Parts: sequence; C-alpha cells; structure tokens
Amino acid sequence: MTAASYGVCMNLRDTASLVTGASRGLGRALAAQLAAAGSRVVMVAREREPLEQAAAEIRSAGGIAHALVADIGDIESVHPIAAQAAALVGPIDILVNNASTLGPTPLRLLLDTECEDLTRVLEVNLVGPFRLTKVIAGSMALRGRGLVVNISSDASVEAYPTWGAYSISKAALDHLTRIWAVELAEAGVRFLSIDPGEMNTRMHADAIPDADPASLADPAEVAARIATLIARPEPSSGARLKAEGVAP
Amino acid sequence: MTSASFERARDDARLLVLESRSGRLHDRAVGDLPELLAPGDLLVLNDAATLPASLTGRTAAGEPIELRLAGPPTGDRWPAVLFGAGDWRTRTEDRAAPPRVTPGERLDFGGLTAQVVSVALLSPRLVDVRFDRTGEALWRALYAVGRPVQYAHHERDLALWSVQTAYAARPWAVEMPSAGRPLGWRVLGGLRRRGVELAWLTHAAGLSATGDPVLDAALPLPEQYDIPERTVQAVARARADGRRVLAVGTTVVRALEGAARQSGGLCSGPGTTALVMGERTRPLVVDGLITGIHAPGESHYRLLGAFAPAAALAAAAQHAARRGYQPHELGDLALVVPSLAVAAGLRPAARSRAPMELARAAEI
Repeated sequence: MTAASYGVCMNLRDTASLVTGASRGLGRALAAQLAAAGSRVVMVAREREPLEQAAAEIRSAGGIAHALVADIGDIESVHPIAAQAAALVGPIDILVNNASTLGPTPLRLLLDTECEDLTRVLEVNLVGPFRLTKVIAGSMALRGRGLVVNISSDASVEAYPTWGAYSISKAALDHLTRIWAVELAEAGVRFLSIDPGEMNTRMHADAIPDADPASLADPAEVAARIATLIARPEPSSGARLKAEGVAP
Repeated sequence: MTSASFERARDDARLLVLESRSGRLHDRAVGDLPELLAPGDLLVLNDAATLPASLTGRTAAGEPIELRLAGPPTGDRWPAVLFGAGDWRTRTEDRAAPPRVTPGERLDFGGLTAQVVSVALLSPRLVDVRFDRTGEALWRALYAVGRPVQYAHHERDLALWSVQTAYAARPWAVEMPSAGRPLGWRVLGGLRRRGVELAWLTHAAGLSATGDPVLDAALPLPEQYDIPERTVQAVARARADGRRVLAVGTTVVRALEGAARQSGGLCSGPGTTALVMGERTRPLVVDGLITGIHAPGESHYRLLGAFAPAAALAAAAQHAARRGYQPHELGDLALVVPSLAVAAGLRPAARSRAPMELARAAEI
C-alpha cells in the first residue's frame, strides 16, 4: 500500500512577514491581508507619510504592523532593513518582494530608453529583491522554513512595446525565483513568482492613464487571492502563478 | 562602501584542526568541513546579527565620547561602555578615558539622544542608558547613526554587511559572532548533505575590550541568549544517541553551557549567562567547537582549556603563528574536536543516509 502524499498548508498565525512597496496599492493590501491572518508585518516603502498611515490603519484594525522607510534600490539599506525587521517582529518567515518601478513614464521604446533609467529599474525590481532575499533567506534556510514571494507581471512573459525596462526586470525576477527555488529546495524555503494581473493602482494609472478603472481589479481582492495562494501547500517552489481566477 | 575584495570570500578561510586527545594538528580549509565532521554530528550556530553598536557623540558639557552598546536592552535599558575622544583607529588600550557621567545626564549622538540611567560600581565607564525613542523610531536612528564596533588592527571602516554571518536574523550581537562568518551556504549545505544536523540559538556576543583594565578583567560581561525549543530537543537527542554536539563559536558554548548550569537544566527560552570557562571547567553539553585563531592570554583561549589540554593548545597556537593563520575576526578558523577518526568517516555512523548521498556529498 502506498501512502497518499499530502502537502502542509502554511498557517500565517504567529509568523513574521516583510512586505516591500507597502505604502499603497497591492503591497499595502497584502500587508493588511497578512496582518489580518495573524502575521506580524513589517512594511517597507520610500515615502514616510503614506507608509505610516498604512501601518496605523492595520494597527487600528487590530493587526501588528511596523513601518520602515527605506529604498529597496539602495544597496546600503539592505542590511538595516533586514535587521530592523527581525528586531521588530523576529526572524522573517515570509518575504514579499513587491516594490517595483516602471522607470520614467510615459513608457518609452527601448531605443528611447536611457541606460541610467534601465539600470535604476533593474536595481529596484531585480537587484533589490536579490539583495534582500540574500540577507533574509539564509536565516530561513537555517531554520528550515520560509517563503519568498516575488511579485511578477504578465509583462514578464508578453513582449509589449514600450514596457522594455520593466518587462525584462520582471522576466529576470521570474527566473531568479526559479534559481532560488532549486538552490534552496532541500533547505525548506519556498519561492513563488505571482502575477497579480491588472489592478486599479497608481502604477497602472502611470503606465496606462486612459485605462478604465472599472475594468481593473481591486488590489484588496487580488491580495486576498494571493494570501490564498501563499497558504496552499502547492504548487511547488519555483512556480509562476497567476492570482486571476483564484478563489479568495 | 568597502568592496567585496577587502574582506575575503567566506570559505576561503583556512581551518586549523586540533584533535584534542592526540594533539594532532591538520592544516585544512573551511571548505573541507563537510568531510571533517561526521554524519550525526549536531552543529549549533549563533544566528545573532551584528548591531551598528558604536555611537559617536558628546556629553551634555560638549566633551566628545564614543558609546559602545554592550548588548541588547533589558526593557528600555541598554548596557553600554563609554570611551573618550577618538575612534577605533586608536588602539583600545591607548584611548583617552571618557569624561565622568552621572545618572540623568544626556548624551547626544547627532539626532539620537540617550539618558544615563545608572553608572556601574565596577567601572565608571560601564553604564545603562535609555534612548529618547523606542520601537521603529529607535531602530531607524540606531542604524542611521551607529557603526559596527571595530578595532585598530583593521585599516578601514568595516561596513555593516561585512560583519554579518550568512544566516543572521535578530540584531543582538555588538561584535560579530565571528566563528560563523566564514561559513557560506556551500559549506552549510554540504554539511547537511553529509548528515550533519544544524541547529541554532541567538546569543548576544558582547564587547571584547573596553580599554579599562578593571572592566577588561571582568569580561565577558553577562550576555543574553535565547535557545529555541527545537534546539534543546536536538541537543537532547544527540546526547541520548551518543552523537557529538559541536558549537560554532565561543558564544554558542557559553549559551549552551550557561543554560545547562541553570537550576532547571537546559531549557528553551531567553536567559543570561556570566559563565567563564577554563581548563577546570568540564563541559556538560558541548564536545567540540569551531572558533577563531586565539592566542594565550585571551579569554577565548582560556575557554578552549575546557576542550583541550594546555600543551596541545600551546602547540596549536605556535603552529598557527608559524603558519600565518589570521587571528582577527575576519580571519581564519580552528576546529577543536576530541578526534577526527570518527569525523573522517573511518567509522561510518549508522544513520539513515543512503550511500549514494554520502558519495555525492564527498564530491562537493
């Protein structure tokens, strides 16, 4: 008789989470979602006022949330972010690399893209998540548990004109997810890339100003779907998932 | 920003192996650890991240000072040691004495203020301070104002990243738990594939020098630790099975041996230890350790006396000096174990590891 295999779901209660880009949009909604599920959340963003407001909102709803003002694209801020987060909520169990930048808007053709702008987009969307994961996932690997979620985009698989810098950063981020996953498979650390789909956020408005907001998903609903995906034991580490169609 | 080439890559460090029973010495590399340890060994690491614990500022009277945090806070009180004008470029023993401070006095660190809560009877340099803020605001200010504690044997400012281990989490250490620094994930993953079990605790590694002979003689000061239940269980299982418990660093030795000497025995959770070990100390938990290269006269060297005979340690120290092993906190390592005979796999331990897996581990 063969034993049926089953996965173990991730209970968010009493976990410690770190969410980047948490002052607005999907990051803010994800932080609220994780806190509502019982995780102690550290929220990172560059702008103090909206970030502290978002953290205060979560606290007033009974959650545990701390605000850390920092730029994910700044190499000097990586160790301070990781250490302050661990000091505030304990060793991090869930890292959500959500912060990202489009680069200059309106979006530009590659031939019109300045090299410095491409570099900055890669620093924030790709190198920043690499650095933060590198500093945090070692402790996860030692403890034999942890989840890293990299927020992707359909632009990582589709070739849309003018989305070049952002697209290649997200395509590389998806592959970074896969490499992390194979390297840390034995250590019990899971990695997921999640494509949230089109949402009614400031970033979307910056990219496509004339889009009809009514046709776009609410970040809070998408965050609820992502929370469902995170808690599931499957699919396996390294997968690229779409939030669309997931029952929250 | 210091470049990566300033500090050496993690597992480039050399490893001096001392078999304490026979006194045999071996010149190896940190990358060889997976083949030097035995399947079934339990290796316990200190996951404390290193704080930027050096704060430069002024007293209320405007005199320049350096305050070095000596450990994590108890409540909102941080233990700390005061230094006079100057910085790490001056040898600690040559530093000017700090001005006398009194309880209630304010110390200003350029955007962060602390109030002296108490001054120790042992030394006027040893104080407790309370900062003017708490929570996120305090952590943000500490990371903005503070720098890693360092000593005159380095020529350049140490960057915060360069004093972290590859598995650091909570910032509790005021000096790097340096025995773990050369352990990268190639080595740690190799150890796991070898069948070595990894466990961890958090120990607030303290200051190694204060410049005050009276205070230096009292080092290490009591240090906080936090031992997870999983680690207590792993140690108990290893002891019951007759497997070895090996510590990465003297901080792990102090945490485990200190905790085991508490009235209730080795328990999980937070605690404080003032344990000082030497040749008369019989270890209750730890069979061997990985540590830095230490010289006679240092407190770390005295601690090694609990794990190897004095003559073997002296011979090892001479060998290390002759062969140019680097003694400082970014330097080389020593492995002190009763014997390598078991560790080298001559007596394969009967564990649930497939031979294939061992063969693969040996290739790494």
